Amino acid sequence: MTPRKSVLILGATSDIARATARRHGARGDALILAGRDSHRLADEAADLRLRFGVPVEIRLLDVLEPDSFAAFVDGLPVLPDVVICAVGLLGDQTAAERTPVLADRIIRSNFTGPAAVLALVADAMAARGAGVVVGISSVAGDRGRAANYVYGSAKAGFTAYLSGLGGRMAQHGVRVVTVRPGFVRTRMTEGLRLPPLLTATPDEVARAILRAEAGGRADIYVRPIWRFIMAVIRSLPDSLFRRISS
Amino acid sequence: MKAEGWGRFPRIDGQLVSGWDEMAVLRRIAAGGSMIACGARRSYGDASLNPAGMLSMVPMDRLLDFDPATGLLLCEAGVTLADILDVFVPRGWFPAVTPGTRFVTVGGAVAADVHGKNHHRDGGFGAHLAFCDVMLADGRVIRCSPDRDPDLFAATLGGMGLTGVILRASLRLRPIETAWIREDIFRSSGLDETLDLFGRLHDRSYSVAWIDAFATGARIGRAVVMTGDHAGLDELPAELRQAPLARTVRRLPAVPPGCPSWLLNRASVRAFNEAYHRLARPRRRLSALDSFFHPLDAVPAWNRLYGRRGFLQYQCVLPRTAAAAGLRRLLAETAGSGWPSFLAMLKPLGEQGMGLMSFPMEGYTLALDFPAAEPVFPLLRRLDAIVDDHGGRLYLAKDARMDAGMLRRGYPAVDRFQEIRAAYGSCGRFGSLQSRRLDL
Repeated sequence: MTPRKSVLILGATSDIARATARRHGARGDALILAGRDSHRLADEAADLRLRFGVPVEIRLLDVLEPDSFAAFVDGLPVLPDVVICAVGLLGDQTAAERTPVLADRIIRSNFTGPAAVLALVADAMAARGAGVVVGISSVAGDRGRAANYVYGSAKAGFTAYLSGLGGRMAQHGVRVVTVRPGFVRTRMTEGLRLPPLLTATPDEVARAILRAEAGGRADIYVRPIWRFIMAVIRSLPDSLFRRISS
Repeated sequence: MKAEGWGRFPRIDGQLVSGWDEMAVLRRIAAGGSMIACGARRSYGDASLNPAGMLSMVPMDRLLDFDPATGLLLCEAGVTLADILDVFVPRGWFPAVTPGTRFVTVGGAVAADVHGKNHHRDGGFGAHLAFCDVMLADGRVIRCSPDRDPDLFAATLGGMGLTGVILRASLRLRPIETAWIREDIFRSSGLDETLDLFGRLHDRSYSVAWIDAFATGARIGRAVVMTGDHAGLDELPAELRQAPLARTVRRLPAVPPGCPSWLLNRASVRAFNEAYHRLARPRRRLSALDSFFHPLDAVPAWNRLYGRRGFLQYQCVLPRTAAAAGLRRLLAETAGSGWPSFLAMLKPLGEQGMGLMSFPMEGYTLALDFPAAEPVFPLLRRLDAIVDDHGGRLYLAKDARMDAGMLRRGYPAVDRFQEIRAAYGSCGRFGSLQSRRLDL
């Protein structure tokens, strides 16, 4: 089978990334999996090759090491048709409040690292004149909450960055999509009590990502109700928001 | 978090964490306490339940390696047989053993040493394993097989997760030419004829019988016997030969959550059984793999048919020499009880294999379904006495209520099993409601 497209996934061992890789594999797309843990990447790659018979390559990438990004992009086997960034770190909010280096790590993991590496890939796509960039951001970036504002502010930065990058890329034939999954059952949310109606499965997010790659809105909420909820939440006065979100 | 087995009885509240990968499993084990690994929760009773801690292996679902020269597939414990069928049937491979549902995980299949309709010829799931990887209570991972750490292998196979957490297994697939089964259907008018049919059809790859649990007197044990063999390419009609490995998977609407328990009552079930026996015309036909091996998988959530109270599956095996007498007593007791079984299945089984706690023994296995209603428990104790009298035992993957004495009488290797668990540090660390009930 000749691959339909080539898809680069950053943070490829995350649960959303795994589900997305399987959806792409099922369509016959060639995959490049990037992440920090070569053993886990190798297992994911073996699984995708066996399940779907598609070519899968793995590349090491640590978004905390911006000096490595240029070499990473140069070293890709091909310039992909689609790049999806599923890198994220929820972190420990209380620890981050006391320890600046932890807060910095959360911000670099969720915002500056992913933004910089996506920008490099997007520029290469722009030179070619085609491509799709998907960044997985979060509803936590729509308004800062006391419980997770370090993570939330990083995601807010990432959302704004993607929106701006999309504006710059539009004239070069590159689409930039921002995905806000809402609550998702993953290892990041293990043990949290999540409302079933607002909580998606990783595969649901994957399907939404594939739909968004094909066209339509450049900013999506996986479960549409989240767009409404976040519109309300953004419009609440601080005094009321603090009372209901604490 | 609420948890229940496939029979929805018992139902517990307990802590469940996910085994996302080997590190996550190690973290859970290192956290200490008593725990049990669980898969797709297709065991019926309390084997996968532990209020103190449960570890879901479902996220570890990667296929890792396949060697077409040997047919050996290495995969993680959370891979389901449904995954394996999806990937490998189109390429001409089929699991050496598959139980009555494809929704079980490989880890669960090892832990219960599940059997299929070919046990009389090919043995159980464990007979086709090259090895499995088990994480012990101290975090060590041991690759055990019939040759390496055979003690741990023999205790893990059929050991219901009580030795450690099964991480990966290497299992053998068999080559197939088509996704079709040449099925023969026979009808018998009583138990002797049913057993006689099984005897004459011993060379068939797969065999199973549906039994009319309402029949009494001379008609006790009347059955529809179904046998199957993988159909070769030359047996398919021309229109199927274009895509011989394409599957036909039927999917009916799911049973809704609020399904009332009175739906399965004496009259409806008796009518169903009567009709089923009458309508089963003896014949030969081509059956799709999925409908032959996994007919109930076509009805999602069929376990809701018994309503909120759930149900008990009573599956016993009797040794060959005692089978005729024992089965007659079991069926007579059931039919006369006022709680005849909706579904009753009878299968020939071969030898036990390596697993110390594996269910099969040379003989016949009978599976009966009952609602988990109060008056059913005394009936099942009467059935226990009959099984005991005839040297039989019950299947741990179905059990929710037998007592420790019955286990000891039925499973003579239980002391050896416990010694091995002690030697590997598993006692007190890996346990379930079932193992506690059974003094394991």
